[in-house]
Amino acid sequence: MDLLSFFPDWVLTHGAALIVVLPLLMGSILAIMPSERLSWAVAVIVALICSVLAFALVLQIFGGESILYAMGGWDPPHGISYVVDALSAPVLLLISLMAVLCLFYAWPSVKAEVEPKKRAPFYGAFLLCMAGLLGIVVTGDAFNVFVFLEVSSISTYILVGMGASRDRRALTASFNYLILGSIGATFFVIGLGFLYMETGTLNMADMGRILRDLDGGSRVAQVAYAFIIIGLGLKLAMFPLHVWLPSAYAHSPSFVTAFLASTATKAALYLLLRFTFTIFDISFDFVGAAVTILLVGLGVAGMVFASLQAIFQTDARRTLAYSSVAQVGYMLLGIGLGTAAGAAAGYLHLINHAVIKGGLFICLGAVWYRFGITHISDFRGLSKTMPWTMGAFTISALSLIGVPFTAGFVSKVNLAIAVADQDWWWAVGVIVLSSIFAIIYMGNILKEAYFREPPIVNGDIVARNEAPLMMLIPMWVLALVSIAIGINSDIIVETANRATQLLFPLADVLPGGMDL
Amino acid sequence: MFEVIAEYCHYVIVIVLMMVGLFIIFATQNLIKKLVGLSVFQTSVFLLYITIGKVKGGQPPILMESYGGDHAALSDTVLVVSAAPVATHGAAYGPEILYSNPLPHVLILTAIVVGVATLAIGLALVVRIREVYNTIEKDEIEAIDYRFNLEGTDG
Repeated sequence: MDLLSFFPDWVLTHGAALIVVLPLLMGSILAIMPSERLSWAVAVIVALICSVLAFALVLQIFGGESILYAMGGWDPPHGISYVVDALSAPVLLLISLMAVLCLFYAWPSVKAEVEPKKRAPFYGAFLLCMAGLLGIVVTGDAFNVFVFLEVSSISTYILVGMGASRDRRALTASFNYLILGSIGATFFVIGLGFLYMETGTLNMADMGRILRDLDGGSRVAQVAYAFIIIGLGLKLAMFPLHVWLPSAYAHSPSFVTAFLASTATKAALYLLLRFTFTIFDISFDFVGAAVTILLVGLGVAGMVFASLQAIFQTDARRTLAYSSVAQVGYMLLGIGLGTAAGAAAGYLHLINHAVIKGGLFICLGAVWYRFGITHISDFRGLSKTMPWTMGAFTISALSLIGVPFTAGFVSKVNLAIAVADQDWWWAVGVIVLSSIFAIIYMGNILKEAYFREPPIVNGDIVARNEAPLMMLIPMWVLALVSIAIGINSDIIVETANRATQLLFPLADVLPGGMDL
Repeated sequence: MFEVIAEYCHYVIVIVLMMVGLFIIFATQNLIKKLVGLSVFQTSVFLLYITIGKVKGGQPPILMESYGGDHAALSDTVLVVSAAPVATHGAAYGPEILYSNPLPHVLILTAIVVGVATLAIGLALVVRIREVYNTIEKDEIEAIDYRFNLEGTDG
């Protein structure tokens, strides 16, 4: 609690609103900023301030408070309220910190991949995207969620489309994402409409209270849940609804991919947790059935089939994109268990996967920056030409597979324990199977990098050409964080437990940190 | 019979528009037409929201001057009047005048703005796609990309 006294009063009282308003305002200003350098500096400063604010919020939450900020002084349930609690605060911190790391990496990367005159507004779009994601997480008003969902999505379409100067397929990828993303958001808003019909309120806490009073409500509430789960499923790339994701991740600028892979689907997953457990309740028949059949079924299908698809990709970024779909399957499996331990494991994997995938995509971006390659077959000898980059890549790759002493191991073991508690041994088998597939598809890349000689161009062996420091720092920070979580997972497991206690007030949660 | 039709006809319109919109999105290869389908789809949702604001026997939600000059008092009345009928499923409650619920209309104004922004971005993307591919037919674009992948040339 000592740390809290370092923050001025206004941070503690208005932090919940500032963390959204600041990037939103600066994003609009950056849109007309002429200078790339200034634009980048402003974006970094805003992201840093947001991280500090998020850190202050997390400290407050861990001090046992929960924050309710009434926007404009209009009290809930009529006004829009911002709610920070144990579930949302860690995600806020995750998004802001990933934004800072990705922005450091962005400086060289955006120079290489985006046309000069578009670079300054590019950072503006990025800040808008970040504001939207933070807003999704912090708001306590259901319609406000839709607005922020669209703020982040629309700026994401722009960011993905910016990859066009590198690869024109970014345009069609962005267009497909726009169509499917808008359908998803519209489904979500239809669901909200039905929820409003049923409850007559838009405040999430109020909705939850009224639905519990009605004991699940009528068929209108059931339809609402169906629409919401499909809408969010599109946004978070639930297995059969993931078709927009691989090409969007493969063709957007690598900085955008790194940020999106670690935050965008995570914010949607956070919403899924929120809607399933606090607005609706797992004890309602239709929610229980939907969660057990739909989320578990599709999650498991995603873990197997998306991993299989990842094996047969020739493009490294596509491999990782399909792997993202598979990892979302793990989180869905955890949430779909409907137990506190399962949800905690899902939440844990949400954080860990953000760290792992962010690191992996940053490494791939660095490889493209130096050699302009994304095909796996071109990766030969990279361990000799870019040893530091491949080092970070290897650590993150091992973490993705779930090797002991890495973050991926912690969340996979916790998930497996949660699944085994339900006597779903077949699901433990699927987790192992999917991890084996992960060994194969990550192994494909590592094999090329480590066991083959660098190619010969113009009679010379390609010389060592390490990525710039601005890229090495973020990728190593993420790789080391992933190892740190693997060695001592107490903090992160405790975070997940606190978050889950909010969803299951009476239940026991994870067995505690893995002592290794 | 007539009453049932009158009660549910707006849902029929919403559902028909929704399905037409979704069908256009998936059936057509033309990118502009896809965006048109998306707009139709979104419009159906706007209509859904606007129709749920209607309270049976409710007046347009415009406050009469008889409710005093104090602004705060006015806004309190609005909240009570507008929120209550929906929460209690149409039962008259509170002040003697029954108003329709203005909130869904306000919400949908926001959603319309979002829809316009999405459409604008979509059209801008189509313009860029037309510039680099010289076509806005999805199957042709895919064929060009496929050739490009096979041969590494523009064909």
